Amino acid sequence: MNNNNRHLISILMENEAGALSRVANLFSARGYNIESLTVAPTDDPTLSRLTLVTNGNEQIIEQIVKQLNKLIDVVKLVDLSETDAIERELMLIKTKAVGEQRAEMKRLAEIFDGHILDVTDATYTIELTGRSEKLDNFLNAVEKDAVLEVVRSGTTGIARGQKSLHA
Amino acid sequence: MELITGAEILVRCLKEEGVECMFGYPGGAVLHIYDALYAQDDIKHVLVRHEQAALHAADGYARASGKTGVALVTSGPGLTNAVTGIANAYMDSIPLVVFSGQVPTALIGNDAFQEVDAVGITRPCVKHNFLVRDIKQLAETVKKAFYIASTGRPGPVLIDLPKDVTITKAEYHYPKKVKLRSYNPTVKGHAGQIRKAVDLILSAKRPMLYTGGGVILSDGSPELVELTQLLGYPITNTLMGLGAYPATDHQFIGMLGMHGTYEANMAMHECDVLIAIGARFDDRVTGKIDKFCPTAKIVHVDIDPSSISKNVQVDIPIVGSVPSVLRAMISVIRDEKLKPDAEALASWWRQIDEWRDVKSLHYKNSDTVIKPQYVIQKLYQVTEGKAIITSDVGQHQMWAAQYYHFDRPRQWINSGGLGTMGFGLPAAMGAKLAFPDQDVACVTGDGSIQMMLQELSTMKQYHTPVKIVNLNNGYLGMVRQWQEFFYQKRYSMTYLEALPNFVMLAEAYGHVGMRIEKPGDVEGALREAFAMKDRTVFLDFITDQSENVFPMIPSGGGQNEMLLAERDEMVSTHDEGMVLL
Ligand SMILES: Cc1cc2nc3c(=O)[nH]c(=O)nc-3n(C[C@H](O)[C@H](O)[C@H](O)COP(=O)(O)OP(=O)(O)OC[C@H]3O[C@@H](n4cnc5c(N)ncnc54)[C@H](O)[C@@H]3O)c2cc1C
Ligand SMILES: Cc1ncc(C[n+]2csc(CCOP(=O)(O)OP(=O)(O)O)c2C)c(N)n1
Repeated sequence: MNNNNRHLISILMENEAGALSRVANLFSARGYNIESLTVAPTDDPTLSRLTLVTNGNEQIIEQIVKQLNKLIDVVKLVDLSETDAIERELMLIKTKAVGEQRAEMKRLAEIFDGHILDVTDATYTIELTGRSEKLDNFLNAVEKDAVLEVVRSGTTGIARGQKSLHA
Repeated sequence: MELITGAEILVRCLKEEGVECMFGYPGGAVLHIYDALYAQDDIKHVLVRHEQAALHAADGYARASGKTGVALVTSGPGLTNAVTGIANAYMDSIPLVVFSGQVPTALIGNDAFQEVDAVGITRPCVKHNFLVRDIKQLAETVKKAFYIASTGRPGPVLIDLPKDVTITKAEYHYPKKVKLRSYNPTVKGHAGQIRKAVDLILSAKRPMLYTGGGVILSDGSPELVELTQLLGYPITNTLMGLGAYPATDHQFIGMLGMHGTYEANMAMHECDVLIAIGARFDDRVTGKIDKFCPTAKIVHVDIDPSSISKNVQVDIPIVGSVPSVLRAMISVIRDEKLKPDAEALASWWRQIDEWRDVKSLHYKNSDTVIKPQYVIQKLYQVTEGKAIITSDVGQHQMWAAQYYHFDRPRQWINSGGLGTMGFGLPAAMGAKLAFPDQDVACVTGDGSIQMMLQELSTMKQYHTPVKIVNLNNGYLGMVRQWQEFFYQKRYSMTYLEALPNFVMLAEAYGHVGMRIEKPGDVEGALREAFAMKDRTVFLDFITDQSENVFPMIPSGGGQNEMLLAERDEMVSTHDEGMVLL
């Protein structure tokens, strides 16, 4: 009951000014955790899709879901952790790349299915997508000193199979 | 095609919503709206003396009448003054639509004169809010606001109106209906859950009904009375639920919670099936959560899913509106001729009557100093239990709740969730405007009354004769009580020295003032005051300074750990309780 599980919650909201602040406000006002949050308009311009990663025990997650549903702008939501879902996060990482590091870094990027997007005589900028753990693993594999900058998008996701979330 | 200004559109929308009375205060950003109000006389606008009072008055009007309350304030300080009133309505789920002026759209974000982010400031304490940037959306937004405020779990909705929107012209079209794809409250309960609940309810040996503000908000009192009498079970009400079940009926065993009766709290603690209806398991009610109803299976009926299993895990949740769900329960019971366990019930009632015999509301009266409880008892007698009673916040509020027996819903109007001192007087004014022919009394204290005293002026202007029952103990009594019990009588900042002469003050505002110092004069003064039908009378009762509210469950205590007047030594509460204070 008390184990804090990670949950990936995907929300369809009215694409209104302030909709995002309502969600962010709710989490801070009620003391819930947000690990990451991504938001963008959908194919239907009146709707935004918001994906957030949070954690808490069963009771807290139940309250989070109820409180989110209670927001007038929330059209629908799904806890993707309860279904079989595809999760993806994008990471851009700038690393040192001098001398032997250049070959080493390139090899590592390839192993992780990354792309080198920008090259200077001293750095690489690499793009990686995947589950968050994969991105973590990459960061663990790179020698610490070599990392200059890391930008992560936060996780987003979609259910597998025929089910889809729409208004 | 007729083009009219945003301000005119707004006024037409309000008429269409059937608004008869609204409360507000003007300023630069809302001048166009005030000009449009000037040009009509269908809607009565009450000019308060402080925006907080506009909100409390609209709130009192809404609680008394069941209609949605309406308030209008200007931008900047007008809006910030209103925030306490908005939060107050939010905590008690009161339907309000609040209009605030805003600087012109072109200036928003520029730190313009009297600009505040109204939508941002109020976001955590409204059910929803809107900023109208486009005149074409004004009418529809108003329609949505009234719909959202008054349906589902009610609450305040704010509409922020930039000044340019109120002067721009557009065609007027008021939608007959709104449908929001993202908002669709569940009214009808799930039949399977209702069935399960009925089975559990009828299997009870020691059943208990615990009902709250949701019954009053949904006008579900007739269904509640029918169900309760059909079952023959004991019933308790929260502070917000008083009046939903007649307090003078035998099955009513008093309010529960921190200052509830011994019998109500003991019955909660010992019951085996708890039927919670439109109540939200507030911490003033549950006490320490792990000591709450330790042996009970719980059914919970509430329209807001997030109220269910928030503080206390329940066994059978039913999402739906009180009248609809209770009607369904009654049908199942009647159709199948189901009967409660008569034998078990009889012995449960014997137990409850034993608890009743403790007479937890007994207090020692005096013939030299006025006891506050005595004033409320006399108020009850003089008004024959029929007045609308509003209250401020403090000891006097608890005594009003305990000693005035409310027999009908919407008769008891108080600030429960936010506990806002200053609520009582403007709320009384609002209630009186809703029911000009009924007696309205505001029970208050010398601290609370001074928070909204300026409204005596509004009450003169609009002729809202209410009776102000000031239980003047010279202290911030409720806080003093806690300091006596839990801070070894270190009365830090709770003694109100230099109180005004309330009699002269009332007279200065054009009302009648009376000062009552002897117990023997209490009843006569009340009779005299209530005989003055068309006057506001300020009754300043000089009461026992050291009186405390009993029974009391100290924070951190269980429902069976009650302190009764004059019998129990006050033990210093545990550390955990001190945090919960
Ligand atoms: C000084 C002080 C002392 C207090 N002491 C006590 C005390 O001793 N005892 C006590 O009880 N309170 C006390 N209170 C009040 C307390 O703080 C809470 O306000 C109160 O207990 C809440 O009452 P409620 O559970 O009825 O909920 P409310 O706040 O009235 O909430 C109503 C509930 O009903 C639901 N609802 C709304 N509409 C519907 C519908 N159509 N159908 C179904 N459900 C609906 C809502 O979703 C909500 O869950 C005190 C307050 C103060 C200021
Ligand atoms: C606006 C506001 N400020 C502070 C409080 C904290 N508070 C609760 S009761 C109380 C004392 C109320 O005193 P009074 O109105 O004289 O009533 P009494 O308790 O003496 O009956 C205070 C200060 C509050 N509830 N509201």
